[in-house]
Amino acid sequence: MTALLGVLVTSLPHPTIPDVGVFAVSAAIVLAGAIGVVVARNPVHSALMLVMTLFGVAVLFVLQQASFLAAVQVIVYAGAIVVLFLFVIMFLGVDKEENVAAEPLRGQRPLAVGLVALGTTGLLLLGQVSRWTTGQPHVAGSDSGAPNVNLIGKSLYTTYLFPFEATSALLIIAVVGAVVLARRPPSATSSSEVEEADAALDAGSAPAPGAPTAPAAATGTATGSAPDGSDADPVRPEPATTRRGDGTGDAGVDA
Amino acid sequence: MSISPGWYLSLSVVLFAIGALGVLVRRNVLIMFMCVELMLNAANLAFVTFARTLHDIGGQVLVFFVLVVAAAEVVVGLGIVVAIFRRRASTNADDLHLMKG
Repeated sequence: MTALLGVLVTSLPHPTIPDVGVFAVSAAIVLAGAIGVVVARNPVHSALMLVMTLFGVAVLFVLQQASFLAAVQVIVYAGAIVVLFLFVIMFLGVDKEENVAAEPLRGQRPLAVGLVALGTTGLLLLGQVSRWTTGQPHVAGSDSGAPNVNLIGKSLYTTYLFPFEATSALLIIAVVGAVVLARRPPSATSSSEVEEADAALDAGSAPAPGAPTAPAAATGTATGSAPDGSDADPVRPEPATTRRGDGTGDAGVDA
Repeated sequence: MSISPGWYLSLSVVLFAIGALGVLVRRNVLIMFMCVELMLNAANLAFVTFARTLHDIGGQVLVFFVLVVAAAEVVVGLGIVVAIFRRRASTNADDLHLMKG
């Protein structure tokens, strides 16, 4: 794939008229998709419009010799993130039409449109009157002279090595957080208990809001740290499970 | 290259504005997330444009980081949405007023 991308970079032509045409078409696709995301009534349609926008942005990346990012854009965004969106939409069963015209807060939409228009004109004016370059160029290396992937890889592992490693920690934390959040507490699988907790929340009893979520987070971290304990001591997992059982028992009592 | 960076940056600004408008106007949490993705893409487009304009590969590396952070953000955010939906049976942002005191 690296060789393929390298060939793609080196064989990119630099014509003028086709560039304008490609830019115009992909810009129209990007804007149409973005407007579609905002105005679509069905969340599934929004997700599909988002795919359209992402492909348009990928084309614009290719047009600016960022072919590696174009590939990553399609693979990560269109291939993973939008699929995750669609999976959650289908999983929750919220793929039904909603009334977009309803305005719960009076005057919110004109205010939002006004704010956004103000910010947009401000940014466009700023782009007109100010200079874009502030410092010296080539801080992280030139963008020509080698294939795009080679340049990004070299910069990523030399100049940006520490952010790169921090990113790996971020991804691990995100995975653990997603598991903790999406995991159902073992004893609260019966929906009646959840409904009871929900009714308690609605009634506005003071200690209730923290109670159902805090034990879940605690057990989640306990399970998250369990592999470390099992590495150090093979007998650890059994106390961990019993502790988790105790925690949920307390949660049931509290709720 | 014939297209000047100004066109790319203008497109980026408009894309960001549409995303911001969606976050402000829409009530569905999932669609608000998608609009956040639109705004991130607008920033990515501006980064790539500046990388080309300044002949600096750092802009493209930064886009790479933005992609990773966006993936992590979506994973955690959708986890939160699922957890809330399990309790509230709604993805409407107006229903999430438990912490209003």
